Amino acid sequence: MKEQLKIDFNKIQEVSNFSSRDIEIKKSCLNRFIENGFPNRKQENWKFLDINQIISSNISDLSFYNDYSIENKIDSSIFIGDLEHNKIIFINGRIEKIDFSYEDKKQIEIIEDSYTNNKSENNNSLIDLNIALSNKHFKILIKKGYSLKKSLIIYHLTNDKMKSKNINLRLDFELEQNSSLKLIDFFSDDSEKNFMNIFYNFNLDRDAILKNYKIDKSLNKNLKYSFNNINQKQNSISETFVFSAGSDYFKNEINCNLKGEYSSAFINGIFSLDDNKQHEIRTTINHLVENTKSYQLIKSVLGKNTKSAYQGRIYVDSKAQKTDGYQLSKAILIDETSEFNAKPELEIYADDVKCSHGSASGSLDDNSIFYLMSRGLNYKQAKGLLINGFLLDVIEKITDAEIKDLLKKMIGLKK
Amino acid sequence: MDTREKDIENLKDYKYGFTTDIENIKAPKGLNENVIRFISNIKKEPKWMLDFRLKAFERFKLLKEPDWQKPKYPKIDYQDLYYYSAPKSMKDKPKSLDELDPKLLETYNKLGIPLQEQARLNGIAVDAVFDSVSVATTFKGELTKHGIIFCSMSEAIQKHPDLVKKYLGTVIPTTDHFFATLNSAVFTDGSFVYIPEGVKCPMELSTYFRINASETGQFERTLIIADKGSYVSYLEGCTAPMRDENQLHAANVELIALDDAEIKYSTVQNWYPGDENGKGGIYNFVTKRGLCKGKNSKISWTQVETGSAITWKYPSCILKGDNSIGEFYSIAITNNHQKADTGTKMIHLGKNTKSKIISKGISAGFSDMTYRGLVDINSKAKNSRNYTQCDSLLMGNKCGAHTVPYIKNKNFDSNVAHEATTSKISEEQLHYCQQRGLNPEEAVGLIVNGFCKEVLQQLPMEFAVEAQKLVGISLEGSVG
Repeated sequence: MKEQLKIDFNKIQEVSNFSSRDIEIKKSCLNRFIENGFPNRKQENWKFLDINQIISSNISDLSFYNDYSIENKIDSSIFIGDLEHNKIIFINGRIEKIDFSYEDKKQIEIIEDSYTNNKSENNNSLIDLNIALSNKHFKILIKKGYSLKKSLIIYHLTNDKMKSKNINLRLDFELEQNSSLKLIDFFSDDSEKNFMNIFYNFNLDRDAILKNYKIDKSLNKNLKYSFNNINQKQNSISETFVFSAGSDYFKNEINCNLKGEYSSAFINGIFSLDDNKQHEIRTTINHLVENTKSYQLIKSVLGKNTKSAYQGRIYVDSKAQKTDGYQLSKAILIDETSEFNAKPELEIYADDVKCSHGSASGSLDDNSIFYLMSRGLNYKQAKGLLINGFLLDVIEKITDAEIKDLLKKMIGLKK
Repeated sequence: MDTREKDIENLKDYKYGFTTDIENIKAPKGLNENVIRFISNIKKEPKWMLDFRLKAFERFKLLKEPDWQKPKYPKIDYQDLYYYSAPKSMKDKPKSLDELDPKLLETYNKLGIPLQEQARLNGIAVDAVFDSVSVATTFKGELTKHGIIFCSMSEAIQKHPDLVKKYLGTVIPTTDHFFATLNSAVFTDGSFVYIPEGVKCPMELSTYFRINASETGQFERTLIIADKGSYVSYLEGCTAPMRDENQLHAANVELIALDDAEIKYSTVQNWYPGDENGKGGIYNFVTKRGLCKGKNSKISWTQVETGSAITWKYPSCILKGDNSIGEFYSIAITNNHQKADTGTKMIHLGKNTKSKIISKGISAGFSDMTYRGLVDINSKAKNSRNYTQCDSLLMGNKCGAHTVPYIKNKNFDSNVAHEATTSKISEEQLHYCQQRGLNPEEAVGLIVNGFCKEVLQQLPMEFAVEAQKLVGISLEGSVG
């Protein structure tokens, strides 16, 4: 793999025109990645699902170079029809289209960004890989006081031309004071055995609102990793929702730094897995100043041979008095081969706080099924009804009515 | 001065901080094969025991010291420790209590462990371990009548080799982790308990550990076997003198419960915690593991952890027998610069196994407290249940309280529930108590005792009283 990496890295440098400073950063990241390799179960964060092993058993000949010179055809049938929206379309990792037709163009800036401005300290080798190999990366800036009229949907599409490839994507979002953005990440794949590595960085200024919905619904055999880093200033709100179902492997990491007073973070997630799928959500909420709030709710429904993991960490700095942190994870195991892992972690250094977490897992309640069947439902219907009710709880946490409806329709909770 | 004030006066400087001036026999400093042979030789051990130790030592050489724990400590130089230290007068073991070195008796009296007549009134059989050897076991006659074996480990190796051979190292094998393997190689003494089939042990059994000599590590090994249908309640207490250096205590405790047997193991741990600046104190790195081997067996751990500079232990239950039950009740209190990383592991292997975890952590001063636990439900453990509750209380904003539970559920028939909260003592509660005439410290003591009630209730009477006092005293000076 090391040789392949170096060859592909050089190929990428040949066809791109990065500044010499950028190349330097990329090189050092590449070297760090070569040294550390893909994370494995020896690292605490990867204890439950070992990506090193998953990649090596799924993708035997992973390569890292993608030819971005050829344009891909956009299949518009994939677009979400019920919702008017702005679009960014990635096909096989190549930006095909950026369309903000509903918005005031003066209020949004799309800047081709350089790494020098965005140095982020990390010890995550996948981020090293991302920085080393990602193509051009864009920063989307939303100006002071502007709220996007329509949602922005980022389509992550792949077609059958792609196989055994690694795609690295990076986007930065800057929300200036009192601005707001609704962002949907929509995944749809016609390829298999690829590894996608997505890194978003969000900076929320005072009073800004970010709503990010990630929808991985269509069945596919790709492996995905997504990392959201969110920095929040005073009074800002972030809401993240993850619907994790379609890919063979998907790990969503969300790292929230609550740096301003009265800022708050909400993370909700659903795992709805079947047939050998392995998904994970890992969250870290850093409460760094007084009067911040976080809320997390994760629910899993696990079918045959599936495995889900939730690692949630709430960190409360000694300065962060009056923190309110809450975390709840619940799982229903439907099949005897399913497995649920949780590590809800609290790390608290301030005394005047309210922090709690809960976790529960088990099978469907026999009494409830009996009740429903005695009312005339068959077993399958009864089971379906209970599971829908279980998941609806999370969907109801979505604050945007339009998107809530959209998701309900997608999951089949509403016609 | 009322009694409470006296208690505080007594404990302001750790009451048990005295040393006893007694002549010691020590093994040469350092850790090597010769030292292990020396220990084995001085204890006149049979060859199989020496082989057990040497095998463990071979393994130990390959192991690395773990470093994933929260409380970090300066590197321990394992070659700079004495691995064996015994009062000289013990070389030829006294036949009865009357022959014991009077200084030793005095020490235990000072500690409030009456080895002689007073013991009879309390009705608790005590095995006292001083530095590396067991010095006395009380109530032997009474226990023998029931066929119960309660003696020091060395004695058990001599007199009951079959039992020791059969069970030693079956729960904590010689190939276990770093500290457990070290213990297997160099353990010096400890308690051995065997309860025969169908016997309910008529009294509480108790061991009292004391580290006296300096630069000594204490490595004791306890093995408790409850045969079919038997019951035993076992207590453990520990103290050490005040010293500026950090001392290592790495014990192994193995419990085995056969069909329908029940073992209740309670610990009140009050090793020297170091002074208020964090200097000195015991490193308490203990491996405690119980195996519910038989059907319907039960193992229950109760611990009150108030001492030690660093506490790092996870009393665990392996629920192998069908319908077996594991319980863990814990109070851990850290003050000043103490650190604790403690919790439990419940490993469900058998069908219909149940486990319950209640953990209460209280941190004050500059201390740091971590609950770390594992609940692992195997795919064969049908219809298992686990309930976990861990609550933390913080006093002041210089301390930390952390919860790191690992939950693995591989069985769709099983239910796992986990809850945790972190909070501080509410102003209203304090105000209410003070309004009723309590001073702030008493009020805190009352509220904390209420917070811990669920665990304190699990302790045998005599211990509960001591523990309750200890809870109040450990938090002295942390209010305001």
